Amino acid sequence: MLGVHTLSKYFKMKKCLHFIGRTLSSQFNNIVPKISVVGSGPAGFYAAQYLLKKLQYCEIDIFEQLPVPFGLVRFGVAPDHPEVKNVENSFSKVGEHPNVRFLGNVNLGNDITVEELRKAYHIVILAYGSGKHRCLNIQGENIKNVISAQKIVGWYNGVPWDSNIPIDLSGEVGVIFGQGNVALDVARILLKPVDELKKTDITQHALEALSNSNIKTVYLIGRRGPLQAAFTIKELREMLNLKNCQTEWISEDFEGVADLVTTFPRPKKRICELMLKSISEKEEMLKERKFKPLFFRTPLKFIGDNSLKGVELGVNEMQGEHYENQKAVLSDLREKLDCDLAVVSIGYKSTPVDPCLDFDAKAGIIKSDCGKLSKGLYATGWLATGATGVILTTMNNSFRLADSILKDIAQDSTLVQENRPGYDYVKTILDKKNIQIVTWTDWLKINDFEIQQGLKFGKSREKIVNIQDMLKIASS
Amino acid sequence: MIKVFCNNVLKFSFYSRRIFHGEYEWQDPKSEDEIVNVVFIEKDGKKVNIRGKVGDNLLYLAHRYEIPMEGACEASLACTTCHVYVKSNHCDTLPPAEEKEEDLLDMAPFLKENSRLGCQIILSKELEGLEVELPKATRNFYVDGHTPKPH
Repeated sequence: MLGVHTLSKYFKMKKCLHFIGRTLSSQFNNIVPKISVVGSGPAGFYAAQYLLKKLQYCEIDIFEQLPVPFGLVRFGVAPDHPEVKNVENSFSKVGEHPNVRFLGNVNLGNDITVEELRKAYHIVILAYGSGKHRCLNIQGENIKNVISAQKIVGWYNGVPWDSNIPIDLSGEVGVIFGQGNVALDVARILLKPVDELKKTDITQHALEALSNSNIKTVYLIGRRGPLQAAFTIKELREMLNLKNCQTEWISEDFEGVADLVTTFPRPKKRICELMLKSISEKEEMLKERKFKPLFFRTPLKFIGDNSLKGVELGVNEMQGEHYENQKAVLSDLREKLDCDLAVVSIGYKSTPVDPCLDFDAKAGIIKSDCGKLSKGLYATGWLATGATGVILTTMNNSFRLADSILKDIAQDSTLVQENRPGYDYVKTILDKKNIQIVTWTDWLKINDFEIQQGLKFGKSREKIVNIQDMLKIASS
Repeated sequence: MIKVFCNNVLKFSFYSRRIFHGEYEWQDPKSEDEIVNVVFIEKDGKKVNIRGKVGDNLLYLAHRYEIPMEGACEASLACTTCHVYVKSNHCDTLPPAEEKEEDLLDMAPFLKENSRLGCQIILSKELEGLEVELPKATRNFYVDGHTPKPH
């Protein structure tokens, strides 16, 4: 109890100091730096958190396209990884800070432009991530039940526009193209006993579909070999430990790996050892479901007319010496693999939501000089670096960007020189367009509602998947 | 005035909900016997001496004294944001990392022999004088063909 008391006193004091600080700053006629952050995922929140800590006086407005915050923490992290979502607590501290304003349901490019933000704020930080998935661009990719991993993740995580995607789980075989952690997330959700998902915040429609799923086998297909697979050991171990699911490797894929293992850096060494160990373990018991990683295969076309029948694969040979630089080259060998569901999980890319942004279309990122686009305009997170890395990577990236912004402010006195209208200006524009701004307090209403709904199903949360419903609760 | 009051109530209730994590670390040592002195070496090389106590979780102790160690997953072994290097001769004194911690460390940039997750270090008398260093996050984030200018 002592701790509770001390803490609450501490935070009250801190709040009081902020209040005094703001009053003082206006009394001394200092210009308060006004900062806008576009996107409320980890990149945006970590940038805001850092600036908030280092700048005694500032106003930070965080814009979010959806009425709800947290980006991929809410919509990307798998429902059976609730620990990862604990970071929402740190972000909420930022969201509730008196110098921070959350503006949900505001879409950059449609509701407000980059130019308007630059007029309103001294600093504009774009952190809207990578909203599009990469395609294989092969024949038959538009056949029913060939679906991007992004849409499946959105479907089980409650992304409003992915909630009603047609996904047919009545067949027995699923194939996933791509061997990153997103691919493993999808494989795990498809193969995991549904009872283990019941208490998570997985959407109810996905839970019901998975309860009736007939999927027995999931292939995880990569163009290169086990040494180049992008999934990490924690995620692989989860697959190996899945109840009622047997992992089946092709032992020929691992030729020569055992001899090389000792030369690898620790992470590569440990994951290879785990794969080799898994191969050597012959399971006695027959398990109902199967997880089959398949290497050295390139998808060439999907087969089927109205419904998916299978996929034609080309067998690859590896060229190059060192495993990191080896390339997959198609051989003449072809195979046909029957399947009922195909998932394309080969990465994400960003899009220029505003025509004024200079884009590298191939890399799917915004062009920048270490995150700087021009005076006062910056980008961070996947939008700037490409869609790769774990939350720590994005955190470090955003901290470093925020640090260079602080240096820019210190070195260029014209950056924060005259007063900027900030929120007032933005509000006028949004009001004219009749945009309902969802504030932090509004979000807390949605949050409470979702938690209450979750209780009904014995889940940690039941996400609202309809934007209009979110807005209704926000304005209640 | 009413708005300020409401904000305060909101804020208070918010924090009071979350107090469970790290509450213990906010308690001062009750006696000298409990004290475990720890040194944090920050990214810029600055050494910070802190009087911790037996049972303190290094991550939450860092939070109390505003050492910039994150802890995104709140010590639930799901991230690597509290990665530290154990600089003093305490690597063998610490209980060995469990498999989950080792798996996560594999994802940490600039992994070293003495890498640990701060949230898995619980202070004991044996750890008196423990020195931990925060990794310098100098990884190149930007993709192929782009060389960041030195600052």
